[in-house]
Amino acid sequence: MTSFLPPAERIWWKVPVGRQELIWIAIALTWCIIMFLMMPIWHVYGKQNLSTEAYQTTPAKFGAKVEEMVSQYKVGEEAGVPIVEPPVGSDVYMLGRLWQWYPVLKLKKDQEYRLHLSSMDWQHGWSLQPDNINLQIVPGYDMVLKITPDKAGEYGVVCNEYCGIGHHTMVGKIYVEE
Amino acid sequence: MAEFRECPDSGFYFHKSAESLMKINAVTGVVALLVAGLLAIGVILTRWQEVHWLPADKFYMVLTGHGINALIFWIIFFEMAILHFAASTLLRCRLATPRWAWAGYFLMLIGAIMNNVAVFSGNSSVMMTSYVPMQAEPHFYLGLILFAVGALIQVFVFFGTLVVAQQEKTYEGSVPLVTFGAITAAIIAVFTIASGAIILIPTFLWSIGYISHIDAEMYRVIWWGLGHSSQQINVSAHVSVWYLLAGILFGAKPMSEKVSRFAFLLYIFFLQLASAHHILVDPGISTEWKIFNTSYAMYLAVLASMIHGLTVPGAIEVAQRKKGLTKGLYEWLRKAPWGNPVFSGMFISLVTFGFIGGITGVVMGTEQINLIIHNTIYVPAHFHATVVTGTTLAFMALTYLLIPVLFRRQMILPWVAKMQPYVFGGGMTIMILFMLGAGTLGVSRRHWDMDFAGALMAFEYPAIAYTLMAVGAIGGLLGILGGGMYLLVTVGSLLFGKKLEPSAGFLESFVGKALDPSVYSVKKPDLLAMAPKEEEEHTSGFEAPGTFGLAMLLLVTFVVYYFINWKYLASVWPLG
Ligand code: HEM
Ligand SMILES: [Cu+2]
Ligand SMILES: [Cu+2]
Repeated sequence: MTSFLPPAERIWWKVPVGRQELIWIAIALTWCIIMFLMMPIWHVYGKQNLSTEAYQTTPAKFGAKVEEMVSQYKVGEEAGVPIVEPPVGSDVYMLGRLWQWYPVLKLKKDQEYRLHLSSMDWQHGWSLQPDNINLQIVPGYDMVLKITPDKAGEYGVVCNEYCGIGHHTMVGKIYVEE
Repeated sequence: MAEFRECPDSGFYFHKSAESLMKINAVTGVVALLVAGLLAIGVILTRWQEVHWLPADKFYMVLTGHGINALIFWIIFFEMAILHFAASTLLRCRLATPRWAWAGYFLMLIGAIMNNVAVFSGNSSVMMTSYVPMQAEPHFYLGLILFAVGALIQVFVFFGTLVVAQQEKTYEGSVPLVTFGAITAAIIAVFTIASGAIILIPTFLWSIGYISHIDAEMYRVIWWGLGHSSQQINVSAHVSVWYLLAGILFGAKPMSEKVSRFAFLLYIFFLQLASAHHILVDPGISTEWKIFNTSYAMYLAVLASMIHGLTVPGAIEVAQRKKGLTKGLYEWLRKAPWGNPVFSGMFISLVTFGFIGGITGVVMGTEQINLIIHNTIYVPAHFHATVVTGTTLAFMALTYLLIPVLFRRQMILPWVAKMQPYVFGGGMTIMILFMLGAGTLGVSRRHWDMDFAGALMAFEYPAIAYTLMAVGAIGGLLGILGGGMYLLVTVGSLLFGKKLEPSAGFLESFVGKALDPSVYSVKKPDLLAMAPKEEEEHTSGFEAPGTFGLAMLLLVTFVVYYFINWKYLASVWPLG
């Protein structure tokens, strides 16, 4: 009856703790430490780590860089959106805006690229499907990550941060070729 | 003047003003839950792709209203009732400054109504997170600000009541564990509301044109100082409710006051820092900070929850074994009062919170694993296990106790009440599990159309994702039915339940109608004495072996599921 009554012992903090609780606390703490260690370990041995490279930018500045890439490496068009095939290892750009991912990228399998992502207006969610990599795209920030597409195929980029009434129409494309 | 009544059934003393405030806060909360539940019908029948009921604009409006009414208004109003109960009733103390408490309540009410008006006018479908630069109408933010200020005032009345109790020496020794947990919740609430003010006030000023720009990333970092720690208020509050119900139902005594209180303290020290797991895939957040924040800060809070997860059922087990239910590991559990919704609700809350809410939360809060989960439907599935089958169900269980004790009504339709925790908990668990699955396949949250109708480019989710969403939706409908059963029983009992004497009446107690003086007949309750000392029984083995078994099961599930997710992560594109 003591959970809602004052503790039976005035000096309750001196009452020894039972063995069972101590063992459980030790086990739980050990597990917490293992989970903690997994994160740095993955930074060393794992391959999926988010870079922290990011720059403040503006929609105008970022948009200009995207256009520059598009004008240099455009290889076609899909549904009115340019398809761009930038050189391996280069800086590639994709922007989110109401309600489009722009442009479509064509990448080579197992090659590394520096992908820049930003938003022109509201926040968006860059959700690469079906691989299932999800990033938050925030206006004013140019987020840079090194990606190495390791499976050839056609990928959808779904927007998974709510961005208004056309949110569900915001689908982009990335092609990965052998 | 005599201002207290003693409840003949429970032995609790209710102070007149505190009683009115508990009732009004709880009832207002339940109204918010009703609104949220009705909106949930729209949400679930739209996300069930084969039904796809609402048009896009209505869906987003309804989803915004659902999230805010459920998570903010229902839970926080109800928590105010719990705070007053934990201070005034449990400590047998008069409520400090009832007028201020009422002012706080009305501010919350005005704020909640104002915010709902903004949402249902259709121009504030910004979701409860209201990420800038998407803009809602000014009264959307103003409503939330007023609500927060009102809540803060009531929290201070709670602290004031604790001070009064101490000065007037209404209790002996230290405050009870349940009150201690409530204090934890209240301290975290102060921090939370401060973060909320820091971000929502500028956002409000921005919406009326006084500030030209708010940095979207800064908004996210500070907003989650509010959004994350507010969830810790809920955890502290419902853990306190677990302890309370275990005590009332079984006479269970905490296995160790020290351990349980220490675990609550961990919440205060660490939970509020742990907001980084909401921004793990945001641009430019440093790795060290993310790791520090999710491990040191979050895991020590997780440790605290794992401790409560052992000590709450452990206390029940010890109490049951004392009553002679000692056969095997689980006789104490098998012979628990499963037909009593106070118990079944509390126990389902405990299990789903720990096994589903806790594990999925830690997994998706891992720095790298978040990459495969962020903003998928996995996220709402996770927090329905924490705030719905966890917090909400714990509060529902508490309500069944409060109907006779606080509201002095006999519960109507006891068989409905008996089934309610199973229907609600079971339905929601189905929804949660299947939506966790759909999220793992990448299905997006806050998304009107899995088919992307009208998109320039096509993408198709695998067929199984549709099945998972459909089964999840059926579970959700069951959950809504369970919610309806709760409302039927509670509202019905308040209106039509047989009056228990002595009763303060519901309306009378807060519209100032003359009260029957015979109800509040106690001038000053007796001193709240320390719990009776119990004889130490020295056993060399475990006091609660069954609970330990359950805890190990949790651990094994946790470990396996955790590493499965690393494996899944390892299969996606390398990035760095
Ligand atoms: C009773 C049955 C309920 C059902 C069937 C239900 C269903 C759902 C679903 C399917 C979503 C996700 C929609 C999406 O992201 O596309 C959602 C969102 C949400 N629900 Fe519930 N829910 C219920 C009750 C509750 C309760 C009791 C709470 C809080 C205590 C709650 C809090 C929320 C919140 C905060 C969101 C997120 C809204 C947002 O993304 O801004 N729900 N609900
Ligand atoms: Cu978008
Ligand atoms: Cu979007």
